[in-house]
Amino acid sequence: MNALIVAALLLVLLGVSYQSGWSRSRNLVTADGVKVHSRPQYHGSYVAIWAMLPALAILALWAWFGGDLTHSYTVSQIPQDILLGLDQTGLNGTITRIDALASGYGVTGEIQPFEQSAGDALRSFQMLTFVGVLLVAAVAGGAALIYARSRVTARLRARNAVERVINIALLACSAVAILTTVGIVASLVTEAYKFFTFINPLDFFFGTVWNPNNAGTAGNWGSYGLLPLLTGTLMITVIAMLVAVPVGLMAAIYLSQYAHPRLRAVAKPMIEILAGIPTIVFGFFALVTVGPFLRDLGNLVGLSINATSALTAGVVMGIMIIPFVSSLSDDILNQVPRTLRDGAYGLGATKSETIRNVLLPAALPGIVGAFLLAVSRAIGETMIVVLAAGNSPVLRGNPFEPVATITVSIVNQLTGDTDFAGPQSLVGFALGLTLFVITLCLNVVALYIVRRFREQYE
Amino acid sequence: MDMVAGKVKMTQQSVNSTMNPTDLLERPIRLTAKDVTVHYGQKQALHGISIQIPDRAVTSFIGPSGCGKSTFLRCINRMNDTIEGAKVGGTIKLDGEDIYDPALDVVELRARIGMVFQKPNPFPKSIYENVAYGPKIHGLARNKTDLDEIVVSSLRKAGLFEEVKDRLNEPGTGLSGGQQQRLCIARAIAVGPEVILMDEPCSALDPIATAIIEELIDELRENYTIVIVTHSMQQAARVSQKTAFFHLGNLIEEGVTEDIFTNPVNKQTQDYIMGRIG
Repeated sequence: MNALIVAALLLVLLGVSYQSGWSRSRNLVTADGVKVHSRPQYHGSYVAIWAMLPALAILALWAWFGGDLTHSYTVSQIPQDILLGLDQTGLNGTITRIDALASGYGVTGEIQPFEQSAGDALRSFQMLTFVGVLLVAAVAGGAALIYARSRVTARLRARNAVERVINIALLACSAVAILTTVGIVASLVTEAYKFFTFINPLDFFFGTVWNPNNAGTAGNWGSYGLLPLLTGTLMITVIAMLVAVPVGLMAAIYLSQYAHPRLRAVAKPMIEILAGIPTIVFGFFALVTVGPFLRDLGNLVGLSINATSALTAGVVMGIMIIPFVSSLSDDILNQVPRTLRDGAYGLGATKSETIRNVLLPAALPGIVGAFLLAVSRAIGETMIVVLAAGNSPVLRGNPFEPVATITVSIVNQLTGDTDFAGPQSLVGFALGLTLFVITLCLNVVALYIVRRFREQYE
Repeated sequence: MDMVAGKVKMTQQSVNSTMNPTDLLERPIRLTAKDVTVHYGQKQALHGISIQIPDRAVTSFIGPSGCGKSTFLRCINRMNDTIEGAKVGGTIKLDGEDIYDPALDVVELRARIGMVFQKPNPFPKSIYENVAYGPKIHGLARNKTDLDEIVVSSLRKAGLFEEVKDRLNEPGTGLSGGQQQRLCIARAIAVGPEVILMDEPCSALDPIATAIIEELIDELRENYTIVIVTHSMQQAARVSQKTAFFHLGNLIEEGVTEDIFTNPVNKQTQDYIMGRIG
């Protein structure tokens, strides 16, 4: 409700200020052919930006500090003797009850007189501050509007000013993405550092046993060796790539070189739908169908294959990333200039000779880049592995046996009752950081290769 | 015949070629096109082209952009087959053999009729591999020595060998534009074609590289039947012995190059030569 009022008022301010700048600009034009620098809509936008910024700034300040202010006001309304008798949980409960009373929803149980009076006081306080903040924002906005309007003259370079504001807005949006990345990395690094105060980094990176003691105390934390998880991850990734690369690449070659345009128009989106299936669905597909099938197949040829194994997870993950590989490779194959293909045909090469000897070598860097992107996708994949890989963090090289991966171990360590005081849960951050560094390296290499390929043909 | 011979007499002081134009008319005919039409989907690009192309001479196709000259060139080695929705009608015969005969092997045809494209398009391989590629896929060399010989002689014929002999293993894409185009010519020659089609081979090159290529074309005419599409009338006049003028998908006029440029019969040809259209 309040948010709606605020939004409506802001819209009104926006409209009024834009209109005012616009009309003032129009008046400039009518005066005997004066050359006006910017068109009316720029003057309108200029005034609107000037009016909105202070209003928004005040609202933002209130959003930032208003909560704390209200909180302290509520606490101050609780009588001293009762306040002293409350612990933190009790205080929070009381404040919640007062909030509920103030908003008129009512509470369960008997309402104590101090709660009722505090609720009434809080309601009027909220009303007052809300109106107050709105008033201040409106006054600031209005003042800015008048000031900006007074600056609207024929010489004002409103067009350039608007351009600058747009520039800043765009910069702010990209800053959100960058700062998020920086924040995540920073939190990973600090938490991982905390983990390494419990466990020696050498024991973590080169340890061969993964056996965290989840109920452990100081001196008995258990073993946190990364290697079993890393080999599990790599094994599944390799199997996934063995499935996805040939199938995906050949699908891409078929689609880009052989398929009739009408078939292509249908087939390409169909393949991309595969990429839209949630990974959890792939997960139980692996668990229920593929795993038992592979086990029976193994029995048939005399191999003992576990239903949940690196093979099961790898195969299903490979199927999952087929569209990834094929879609990227398809785009890259289509980027190879037609003149190159013509050159090969002109020499009397057949279609498959042209593809093998000219098209693929020309597209190779880009395709390798696509593969690396697919690999980083596979390494970070979680859901399929949780369900289908068997979660057995033991160092072994047999893909028919259950394995555990880095992602699965993060899930195991961070789900359930966790506090972040011991290495049991902090190890999640160390594992996350390891994973992040691996995929980051792959992405950097992949992007570098892809960019070099692009430069070659543009 | 008499009338043509009369015209030829007028143009005997041909500057562009050492070949006497009378020779041209006595040359055997390699390629004969009859009523060739091309449709791209609904759009008709060529309206019944009939022309004869003489052996071991340069025939040039001129005309404003979009006149169908490149389209017709691409019919001669069936490159239009690779374009979605292109349909070719009429007949084109190479030494009396219909090249659109369903029983004909297109791949073999393209080995006999080589092609050089508008934009130099060396493969992303070494200079050596670029030239060796054609002989390899057609099995022209029995061993490495054979192959080396083909590569070197092709590069020599294309006038490129001296410039690249020390860096045969470097990528062909690292050469200059003119060198790349000569590499593409060497690549086409290496397959041992009888006819070489050139689709505006100099349009992406600077004047010096163009002059070198034109000289090369003049030399190649000793051994190959050459058909060149060009948007430059000067180039057609310099390198070709026979010229055909295309306009809006029609062949307007064809004949000995000197005649076309000094004494065109058709009004449209006159206008184009004088720079009034195109």
